Amino acid sequence: MSNIPSDLRYTKSHEWVRLRENGSAEIGISEHAQSALGDLVFVEVPDVGRAVKAGEACAVVESVKAASDVYSPVSGKVTASNSALASQPELLNQDPYGAGWLFRVQTAAAVDDAALMSAADYAKYLADEAH
Amino acid sequence: MAFIPHTPDDIARMLAAIGVQSIDDLFDEIPRELRAGTLGVPTALGEMELGRLMTERAVADGRPLNFIGAGAYEHHIPAPVWAITTRGEFYSAYTPYQAEASQGTLQLIYEYQSMMCALTGMEVSNASLYDGASALAEACLMAVRANRAANSRRILVPRTVNPTYTQVAQSIAGNQGIVFEPVDFDRAAGRTLLAALEPYSGQDITALVVQQPNFFGCLEEVDRLTDWAHRNKILVIAVVNPISLALLKAPGEWGAPQAGVHGADIVCGEGQPLGVPLSAGGPYFGFMTTRMQYVRQMPGRIVGRTVDVDGRPGFSLTLQAREQHIRRSKATSNICTNQGLLVTAATIYMSLLGAAGLERVAAASMQRTAELTAALGKITGIRPAFSAPRFHESVLILDRPVAPVLGALSRRGIFGGLDLSERYPELGNALLICATETKTAADIDAYAGALADIMNPSRAAA
Repeated sequence: MSNIPSDLRYTKSHEWVRLRENGSAEIGISEHAQSALGDLVFVEVPDVGRAVKAGEACAVVESVKAASDVYSPVSGKVTASNSALASQPELLNQDPYGAGWLFRVQTAAAVDDAALMSAADYAKYLADEAH
Repeated sequence: MAFIPHTPDDIARMLAAIGVQSIDDLFDEIPRELRAGTLGVPTALGEMELGRLMTERAVADGRPLNFIGAGAYEHHIPAPVWAITTRGEFYSAYTPYQAEASQGTLQLIYEYQSMMCALTGMEVSNASLYDGASALAEACLMAVRANRAANSRRILVPRTVNPTYTQVAQSIAGNQGIVFEPVDFDRAAGRTLLAALEPYSGQDITALVVQQPNFFGCLEEVDRLTDWAHRNKILVIAVVNPISLALLKAPGEWGAPQAGVHGADIVCGEGQPLGVPLSAGGPYFGFMTTRMQYVRQMPGRIVGRTVDVDGRPGFSLTLQAREQHIRRSKATSNICTNQGLLVTAATIYMSLLGAAGLERVAAASMQRTAELTAALGKITGIRPAFSAPRFHESVLILDRPVAPVLGALSRRGIFGGLDLSERYPELGNALLICATETKTAADIDAYAGALADIMNPSRAAA
């Protein structure tokens, strides 16, 4: 069973979001997603200052067998992106919920919770997807 | 034995399965006026009769002296080039599906990439594209992905860029929200006006296209154009003739270093001058090179050199995750059939000539065009159009419409050049001419004599 931390929210495209009270959101891809992709060889993160919309493709994760877009789960402005991934893409495989984070977004409005899944919902979603 | 696998019944069943009345209906997408129509060949002829008819027609074409360039160039192709290219080991136009099983093909592509990088002064090359015009279209799409400082999708295309390339780029990329904006040229010099770029300073622009030598054969001020673009966070797309690079500064060296890098950002062009015959317009191949920084945005296949599990050297396709068989609609391009056979010929051509040979071809072509321009410029009613330094093409202005003059030359077995008056009405009666190393002093005399006679018949008679 994949590791799914309970303090995070998830999307159907396998991103996770760490929401903070000040409206900042940290975004990455789930343990399940990194495992499905395999060894990552290249990660492209968005430039700081870029305005993103929820559902917009703004990062690319490339493994030896696939390259996939990462969609921002929230709207706002990119305040930071994980530059360590440029030289160490494997961080994303090793620690997808920590050192492998992708970017942070400052949200302007309240995040639409209904569009995101809880850890329990995501676990169920993964189980359903497996069948 | 007809050697035709499908019987009329087979064809009828297939048409019925997809709900179409006739084979011709499959071509409905193509406007009537663009179709070839009838070839004037009887419906039934034996092989021998058909061969005879075609030979008669070929003879009727004659062997005209060709002085047309404009993007496709007649160069001498040493006999070994196609003798080697058409060996069974090479004679496949496709990238192999089981790529790594074909180490020889991969090595050839790797050598080709290395040569194109050396010629253009860039770090990475793809394995080729369809042709020069579609390579520019792909370069424009790539620039939109690569230039993260720009959001506008506006690309500046000087009017000195081959107008056919501009048209093809518009057809391919125009529907993807890219806006192409023309930039005017200096009427006296025949090159892009730096002043015409000034209004764009400080604006959000994705890329500037710079063709060197430009469509008129003139040399652009590539250093100043490149520096202006980079000061404004605009990527430079160079469109170059690979033969000219034996003499001219490589695009990778254009402009002053900024933040440790200099030169064009993407280089593309038509590969035909490198050992591919004119062949009525194709097939040719396009090339594209760039800096390592943009490699993931570059379309097409890339061959890399690596080692196998036992440490032995070998070649493999690399960065395939960007390609359509994996990324589907998100691929960097959905063009992936490269022009393998033409690339094979070009690689062999470059290997046989070497750097010194390429330089001799370039220098001889430049010299011949200078001689031709001087000889034709002496004829009453003809003057050179532009003052900028040239490579192996130049523009002449005639005192009368160009088309009838070209018609008269053609009846004397001379293809005198390309009439520019439709594409560039502001130039008046402008004629684009080209002479390569294939033309002798006698050929140039023959052209000058015929043209003088057509332009001023009474003088010639006197």
